[in-house]
Amino acid sequence: MPDSLINDPVNPAVNPVEPFLRSDRMPSIWCPGCGIGTTVNSFARALIDSKIDLQSLALVSGIGCTGRVAGYVKLDSFHTTHGRAIPFATGLKLANPKLNVIVYSGDGDLSAIGGNHLIHAARRNIDLKVICVNNLIYAMTGGQTAPTTPEHSTTSTNPYGVFEPAFNLPHLVEAAGAVYVARWTTFHVRQLTRSIGEAFQKKGFSFIEVISPCPTLYQRRNKMGDGLDAMKFYKEKSKVRNGAPTSEVGLTMTGEIVVGKFVDRERPDYQTLMRAQYAESLGERFVEQAEMVCS
Amino acid sequence: MPKGRVSIVVERCKACGFCVEFCPTHVLALSSAFNSKGYHPPHVVHPEKCSGCDLCGMYCPDFAIFATKVDPAKGGDK
Ligand SMILES: Cc1ncc(C[n+]2csc(CCOP(=O)(O)OP(=O)(O)O)c2C)c(N)n1
Ligand code: SF4
Ligand SMILES: [Mg+2]
Repeated sequence: MPDSLINDPVNPAVNPVEPFLRSDRMPSIWCPGCGIGTTVNSFARALIDSKIDLQSLALVSGIGCTGRVAGYVKLDSFHTTHGRAIPFATGLKLANPKLNVIVYSGDGDLSAIGGNHLIHAARRNIDLKVICVNNLIYAMTGGQTAPTTPEHSTTSTNPYGVFEPAFNLPHLVEAAGAVYVARWTTFHVRQLTRSIGEAFQKKGFSFIEVISPCPTLYQRRNKMGDGLDAMKFYKEKSKVRNGAPTSEVGLTMTGEIVVGKFVDRERPDYQTLMRAQYAESLGERFVEQAEMVCS
Repeated sequence: MPKGRVSIVVERCKACGFCVEFCPTHVLALSSAFNSKGYHPPHVVHPEKCSGCDLCGMYCPDFAIFATKVDPAKGGDK
């Protein structure tokens, strides 16, 4: 093997994201050209840039290829059951309000089986940072139609083409009450990193959708090439429109991909409202519980 | 003297080609060599052009490549 393929032994450098990964689990199970790893890379860089205390973080994933993220980050993390990342994360946050809780999961996990949890966590404005890797498909189980699959795509459950309308996730979560909503693709690594950093600063339900290639189950069946072709497609088709009305950002199979920060607003979060209500109703009888310490 | 240096963790690479495509100064190409899983990892074809921007590192889905700035005074990493 040529020398240029080997790390320089005299001057070893370390990948800046290495401290955030469970290196012993690498290489990951993700397919060549899968975008999930790129999103994790941006996530790790957001942790570096924000200088957030790693001990204050907990990451919760559901089931799916994206759900595997929980097993690759060197953080307190939990790989919960399908669709239940948000309820698990809500429990963590309510029991230990000082935790920064991140939900990292797939489009199917969050918007199909977990769809009810998604809208109600947004409505209640639970202080969670949700990163939704949207590969437009149920990938792990063989490429079935998801609520996010664009019309006219071919999937294993719609071999003659998808005819049902898809969810526009930014619009859904904005309508339900999210305080921060952004969408990027895996091509937009710097913007995605910045958005994740911004979400850390927000108090309330924050939702970042990342459009990501699944060469194995979405791209291939739709003759859209491999992961790199998807990246070039994102580069060509993306239009940055910060503040765009989310009603206008629905995805089609081959059309424009509107990306940007769509919503950034303030609204009291669930626990703030809860405390205010108890203080008002109970007066002096309301005593904040001492901090829970798990030993 | 180049402003940056690329490091490659050959065994993690799955040859997606993201780094080769998106390196702004076209430092990389996929090599003809195989790693033990049978993928062709990238190699550095224009080391002198590396700016150390680490865009290759940001795009890599497998954490298999990254670039560091080189300190010209020391001839080593910053
Ligand atoms: C209760 C339950 N129902 C169904 C499944 C099967 N299942 C596993 S992953 C998955 C879909 C995952 O899709 P998505 O969340 O988009 O993740 P991706 O694999 O695309 O990253 C399904 C239906 C399951 N594990 N548990
Ligand atoms: S099946 Fe698709 S989403 Fe899953 S690892 Fe492979 S490319 Fe990624
Ligand atoms: Mg999916």
